[in-house]
Order: sequence, then structure tokens, then C-alpha cells
Amino acid sequence: MHIAEGFLPASHAVGWTVAAAPFVVHGARAVVKEVRENPESTLLLGAAGAFVFVLSAIKLPSVTGSSSHPTGTGVGAILFRPPVMALLGTVVLLFQALLLAHGGLTTLGANAFAFAVVGPWAGYGAYRLIRAFGGGLLPGVFAGMVLADLTTYVTTSLQLALAFPDASSGLAGAAAKFLGIFAVTQIPLAIGEGLLGVLLFRVLTVNARPELERLGLLQPAPTTTAGDAA
Amino acid sequence: MSRRPLVNALLVVAVVALFAVPLLLDGGTSEYGGTDAAVTADLEADGHTPWFESVFSPAGEVESGLFALQAAIGGGVLGYVLGRLRGRRLAQEKPGPGSPAP
Repeated sequence: MHIAEGFLPASHAVGWTVAAAPFVVHGARAVVKEVRENPESTLLLGAAGAFVFVLSAIKLPSVTGSSSHPTGTGVGAILFRPPVMALLGTVVLLFQALLLAHGGLTTLGANAFAFAVVGPWAGYGAYRLIRAFGGGLLPGVFAGMVLADLTTYVTTSLQLALAFPDASSGLAGAAAKFLGIFAVTQIPLAIGEGLLGVLLFRVLTVNARPELERLGLLQPAPTTTAGDAA
Repeated sequence: MSRRPLVNALLVVAVVALFAVPLLLDGGTSEYGGTDAAVTADLEADGHTPWFESVFSPAGEVESGLFALQAAIGGGVLGYVLGRLRGRRLAQEKPGPGSPAP
């Protein structure tokens, strides 16, 4: 989902940076607040950041014959709400822009908007929707992870279409072209990411039950013995 | 309790299969180039050139090494956290059943 360094016209680069900056600043505040008020959250915050770090480093083959990487931003968005991911996701993008020449500093704003803002919010929205309709934690996690991943790539495609509308077919044609490259490849990856998220939360429901209850993901149950979460 | 590890293992198998099966069925005809690079190539073919260069562009092996480093840092931290949480649960279960932390 990285838009490569220097490709976005300067006006777009500035525009997306201005759009993403408040989210990242708010996210930094959210992280500091969470750590200060709930120091025991630090471990899970680290896990959420680490999950994004691993997944965004792994380039996976897709059925379309090209490869791409998952995002992993759904975990933190579901655990700690999306603002936290605006910071953590941007840190990952910065690492990749500075050390790996993936993405870039001029495109950091646009990439952060897709990866660290839109994805986490969309994933969180899907999760909340499933829960509101009585769905369980794990179906909610699956939907949240898949949507966070897919919407990131859809956003990147639309950003590119805005910057490079097709000469003949305009914005819609360009959007279709970029979605064809990004979004189609991403569908199996998003499903795989959803399954990985379910696996992670299955482990967490057993081992981090107090945290999940405090964060409101699980109902406090009058447990007699630990284990066997629904 | 014994069903839980089985379901977890099946989830792992499903994820591996999701990426292994296309690779096998493909028969080695696809390049599996990155989508990022595909878009970049597409834009350059249309005459767009970057107006700013990356401050640091690692080549070949260095790049794959740095990607491995990124995954290792993430995997290490994730493993550490999950290991600690599991250790905490086991330690809490030992003294007596029940009595979760307030």
C-alpha cells in the first residue's frame, strides 16, 4: 500500500500530510494517556505495535500472481480504539521510509492516512457493528481485521487515482486500474490476516482475560477456574 | 480444554494453505512482484517521475536483511508479551483455583 517516495504531486503530499497530522498527534496523546492511566496496558500496546511490525514486513504471494503485505492494524484498533494505531502505524511507516526505501517521507502523510487512520477506523467500525448485532468477539475480530486491511488498500488506490486521473476515463478509470492492482491482490491476504487475528485473540482470551475485560472486549465472568473462554 | 489447541493448529494450517496453495497451483509461472513496484512501474510508464529520492536506499541483500530485522523485532516483542501473559496465568492458577487479579 506504499505510495513510493516522490511520486505524489507536492500539493497532494502536503494535503495528505495536513489531513493525517491531527490523527497522529491525537494518537500520540492517546498512547501516552493509556500508558499513564493504565500502566498494565503497556504489554498489550507493545503486542499491538509488534503485530503491525511483523505483518507489514512479510510480503505474501497472492492468487493474482503478485505479492503484497498485510497491515495488522486491526488488533490495536479493536483493543485500544483506532487513535492509538494512528501513532503506531505511522512509526512503522517511518521505519520503512527511512531504512527500507518503502514508501517515503513526501508520501508519509498519504500512506499514514490510508494505513494508520482509515484502516484502523474502518476495522474498528466493522468490529463494533458485529458486536452491536450480537456477534461474538472472534467474528468481530475477523471482520475488523479483514476490513482494516482491505480499506487501507482501497484508500491507497483512491489516493493514486486522485493524483493521477486517467487521460481518457478520468478519475473512475484510474481508480479501477489502481484497485485492480492493489485491492484484488489483497483479498486473500485480508482473509489470512483475519484468521491470524482470530488466532491471536484466542490466545489473548485465555492469557489476558483481565485486560480484555477491563478494555470492555469481554464481559467479566464469574470464573471459578481460569480458561475455557467462549 | 483439549479442543482449543486443535482449533488453533487448524487456524495456522488454514493460513499456511491460503498462501501455499496458490503457489503450488501456479506452477512457478508468476513473478510475484510487489504491488507497490507494479504501481511505480505503471506510473513511470505513463511518464511520471519521482521528484524526491529516498534518503537511504538499501540494495539487495541489505534490504532483505532489514526486512528480516523488522519482522524479527516484531516477532520478538509479540512472543515476549504472549510468553509473559501465559506465564502470569500459569502462576495465578498454581496457588488455588479462582482469585483473578482485581
